Amino acid sequence: MLDQTVTADGRTIGGVVMEMRNITLRFGGVIAIKDISFDVREGEIRAIIGPNGAGKSSMLNVMSGFYHPQEGEVWFRGEKRRPMRPYQIARQGIARTFQNIALFDGMSVLDNIMTGRLNHMKSNFLEQAIWWGKAEREEVANRAKAEEVIDFLEIQSIRKTPVGRLPYGLKKRVELARALVAEPKILLLDEPMAGMNVEEKEDMCRFILDVNDEFGTTIVLIEHDMGVVMDLSDRVVVMDYGKKIGDGVPDEVRANQEVIDAYLGVSHD
Amino acid sequence: MFYREAGDFKTSYAADSQTFPIAFDRWRYYFVIAAGFGLLPFIINDYWSNAILLPFLIYAIAAIGLNILVGYCGQVSLGTGGFMAVGAYTSYKLMTAFPWLDMVSITILSGVMTAIVGVAFGLPSLRIKGFYLAVATLAAQFFLIWLFNRVPWFFNYSASGQISAPERSLFGQAVTGPAADPSAKYLFCLVFAFALAWLARNLTRGSVGRQWMAIRDMDIAAEIIGVNPLRAKLSAFAVSSFYVGIAGALFFTVYLGAAEPGTAFGIQKSFLVLFMVIIGGLGSIFGSFAGAAFMVLLPVLLTNVLTGAFGWDSALARHFEFVIVGGLIMFFLIVEPHGLARLWALAKEKLRLWPFPH
Repeated sequence: MLDQTVTADGRTIGGVVMEMRNITLRFGGVIAIKDISFDVREGEIRAIIGPNGAGKSSMLNVMSGFYHPQEGEVWFRGEKRRPMRPYQIARQGIARTFQNIALFDGMSVLDNIMTGRLNHMKSNFLEQAIWWGKAEREEVANRAKAEEVIDFLEIQSIRKTPVGRLPYGLKKRVELARALVAEPKILLLDEPMAGMNVEEKEDMCRFILDVNDEFGTTIVLIEHDMGVVMDLSDRVVVMDYGKKIGDGVPDEVRANQEVIDAYLGVSHD
Repeated sequence: MFYREAGDFKTSYAADSQTFPIAFDRWRYYFVIAAGFGLLPFIINDYWSNAILLPFLIYAIAAIGLNILVGYCGQVSLGTGGFMAVGAYTSYKLMTAFPWLDMVSITILSGVMTAIVGVAFGLPSLRIKGFYLAVATLAAQFFLIWLFNRVPWFFNYSASGQISAPERSLFGQAVTGPAADPSAKYLFCLVFAFALAWLARNLTRGSVGRQWMAIRDMDIAAEIIGVNPLRAKLSAFAVSSFYVGIAGALFFTVYLGAAEPGTAFGIQKSFLVLFMVIIGGLGSIFGSFAGAAFMVLLPVLLTNVLTGAFGWDSALARHFEFVIVGGLIMFFLIVEPHGLARLWALAKEKLRLWPFPH
């Protein structure tokens, strides 16, 4: 693709992998997103920030194909994305986590994570019913991959626990594992640190940085904790009332007058 | 004391994900299979076969089928009786139209036919959920029974409107009809129950089963992960109806011998199988067997105790049975809403640490 840059900490950031062009999303008369464009480059950590109701989660839902924007185009890996269902988009290599955890409560941690491997499992119905040859080999191979992620996120001890019994912080981690095990091209994280205490936040930051560093996964994240965002991300998009008011490296955004106004308020005199 | 994981090390993922990870469980399972195939056929008599073992095996197949749909995929169905009737009438039509066809093929084809009908009635599940879907499947129940009652082609224009199974044999042994030997009937049903339970276990442990459970637990998240909801739901309907259809075919050909749709496959049957699934445990193959055993054995046991041991009048005992069975169902649901399978699992967990719980 285009150019390559090397960041201060030695990671390589490639060309544009995903591009949102003039996205507008309306719910009836409410305009959730208004004519927003930005791009995501390969290997970077891209943050989307903004006050409550700015349209950040809607933007993530557009990226993961859950909402279909009325106007605008999504370009993914050099191709314009045609309208498709969310599960088809997942197969293209986009995984996500949710703001309010969306795990499968009745299943164990391991089964949740194995569900994330669905798109890598090819054996058909009959092969699985007989459970001979391909189905079993595939299960074992994917289990090995799942165990890698379990090791990586340090959740070995709970792999057979039903998800419903886990505390909040661990659930968030399991959800990250489920997204990560799909080996996505782009990982979308919707407030991965919401509701966590400082230690849990630090753990989660470490995992996000490690994922990006070790697997080279491109990450788009929404976060409210400014310290986290400024530390983690390579570039930041700032939204307010469905519009983009800032875009650039953290220092640029921090100095942007519109952003300061949006966060601190403006005196009307 | 033998119920231990300690020292039982698993060195491969295949060994870790086997159905019975504890050696004691595994041996008990082999023992039950050996006794079922090798011992019971020789000691079985008409009473044991007709009152206990045949209904148990056939209802267990139906319960596994319904459990796949309700317990694993989370789609409520009240059409089980109707789908059993589809299996029964398909087997009847096949038996009378193709007398040379063997019973195994007939039974499997009945399942296939029911799967097709089940998928057709499962289409609304793509749009509606929960109670509304239950009502849609209720429509299937009433429509199918009406169809089999009203369209004479289905009962070969017989004057009574009943269907009755002609005698068919397998390997020289009659398995249907009045002359069939109880052990032959029993073995025929046992083979189906065993094979179908094994297939169901394989399906539910792999990625197909995980897709079903993902749809059950959170359908939106499942779709975003890459589960195709259309395929997952319809495949659950297909597999479930296949099982229920086979159960219906066996119920008619092997167990009843003659049937009339309203009484044999009415709405009570749908509820009975649903009770088995709920009492046995949603989302558990073992639970399906346990639920079927509970609902089949309890009335038999009560009759024997009330009339035999207490010397009650048999009519009084029969009515009182309803009260006791109903009360026990409520008791079980209050004490353990997750069914007998969960009670069993809890007992095993306790046993694993016994006698040193700390």
